[in-house]
Amino acid sequence: MCGIVGLFLKTPTHRGELGRLTADMIHEVRDRGRDSAGVATFGSGNDATTRITVLADGPRPDWDETATALEEVLSAEVLVRPLHDHAVFETTGDGRAARRWLIDNMVDIEVLSYGSQIELYKSVGDPDLLATRYGLAARTGTHAVAHTRMATESAVTANGSHPFSTGSDTCLVHNGSLSNHNQLRLRLEQQGESFQTLNDSEVAAGYVSWRLGSGDSLAQALQRALTDLDGFYTLAIGTVDGFAILRDPISCKPAVVAETDDWVAMSSEYRAIARLPGVVDAEVWEPEPARVYTWSLAA
Amino acid sequence: MSTAIDLAEVSLRQLNQVLHDADSGGFDVLNPRGAHAVACGITTDLTVEVAGSVGYYCAGMHQAGTVVVNGNSGPGLAENIMSGTVRTTGNASMSAAATGCGGLVVIDGDAGARCGISMKGVDIVVGGSIGHMGAFMAQAGNLVVLGDAGADLGDSIYEAILYVRGEVESLGSDCVEKEMRPENLAAVGHLLEAADMTASPADFRRYGSERRLYSFHVDDIDTELAEGPGGTR
Repeated sequence: MCGIVGLFLKTPTHRGELGRLTADMIHEVRDRGRDSAGVATFGSGNDATTRITVLADGPRPDWDETATALEEVLSAEVLVRPLHDHAVFETTGDGRAARRWLIDNMVDIEVLSYGSQIELYKSVGDPDLLATRYGLAARTGTHAVAHTRMATESAVTANGSHPFSTGSDTCLVHNGSLSNHNQLRLRLEQQGESFQTLNDSEVAAGYVSWRLGSGDSLAQALQRALTDLDGFYTLAIGTVDGFAILRDPISCKPAVVAETDDWVAMSSEYRAIARLPGVVDAEVWEPEPARVYTWSLAA
Repeated sequence: MSTAIDLAEVSLRQLNQVLHDADSGGFDVLNPRGAHAVACGITTDLTVEVAGSVGYYCAGMHQAGTVVVNGNSGPGLAENIMSGTVRTTGNASMSAAATGCGGLVVIDGDAGARCGISMKGVDIVVGGSIGHMGAFMAQAGNLVVLGDAGADLGDSIYEAILYVRGEVESLGSDCVEKEMRPENLAAVGHLLEAADMTASPADFRRYGSERRLYSFHVDDIDTELAEGPGGTR
């Protein structure tokens, strides 16, 4: 099972409502996975600042002390904004270096995401709780990717929730199971990627980040993923200005897409799309197996 | 005179209970919004019109009467249908009419992957195209496709008969093209009429089992002896 939703707002019309619309979509697929949930939103930041979202699932460190330590490492100012068990660091320093340092030195926290536009929240329990706890309905932006998880492959923990993000402003949600993730994880670690869980989907996220970092376009990265990922998957991916969908050649895992002039919405089920504004005029279709679909704000 | 039931006002369980309690009549289901299991298990001669798209398993286990979805249908439309008619005016997702034992399922648009998987006697007419692995392990019944068929059509098929007007991307294991005989032309004509679709039966090609993957029951020995393995029936 597991539920996926993605909402990509092509025009500014609904960008003020991104969070509310995404929360409504998550609500409709919560039956597909009540173990945990997560959501990434894009597009409310500014290009000069990197935001690093972290999770403290157990004991919470002193956030201000952590920010001060990070300032020394990055030689740049770091602001911190705690939110329940999450915190968002903001800095003009190097986001990748900040992620690396936090992973290596702060054993109690997981780095969920970094980048100028992404913010990512995840927690165990009812997906509706995630939306209310982290104030999703009030968030604005250009696109969002979210997931409700029925765990099959690794532990039910907050950090085992999707979306997974290992590279700047890139995240991935997955419905399915990969069968070659252990081998692929080793290969990616040799390429300098780092992982924080034993989850198969984090490896898929790392794979996409690695390909994007190697110069592939999003479409090229996913075309290559069809060869390198083995297993069942419906994937939805958000990047700083893009959105993509990929299904494996067998396509057992469901996916439906609706598109209007203003937005593209994707979900495991149509009911998550059925209430979006203007849906009666949307073109509704199922993504074909082994075909890469991408949308870009830049185009 | 139809009775309107609004899923924005009543629960899915209430809707299906009303349909199960009714002996006859017409019902209009409003605001389905992708709900699952709409109009499942109908056993009496009702006419149910659904105004909009539905989710999983619409009209599952259908036994009598007619269900029309004026929109798209999610996975498992009319799964295990026994008799009666189910129609969707839009597209159907994966596994449409899966394991259907009888009756008629009509899809005006396209059907997704594994349409008619393990069909056991149902007739399926698709106005558009079907996805990959259509009629996988199909055992009995007819599948008529006015458009194209995706990869691996009829993989591991038993005795169902498949008619496709357009291109077949590839045939699955043990599925072969067979001659269109007069009775096949008549069957396609009859099914098109039942589905209220217009096409020339002569434009269709027939596909079925080469009968090399499974062992015949002893009752079929006469066919084996007359036509040899992979007979043309």
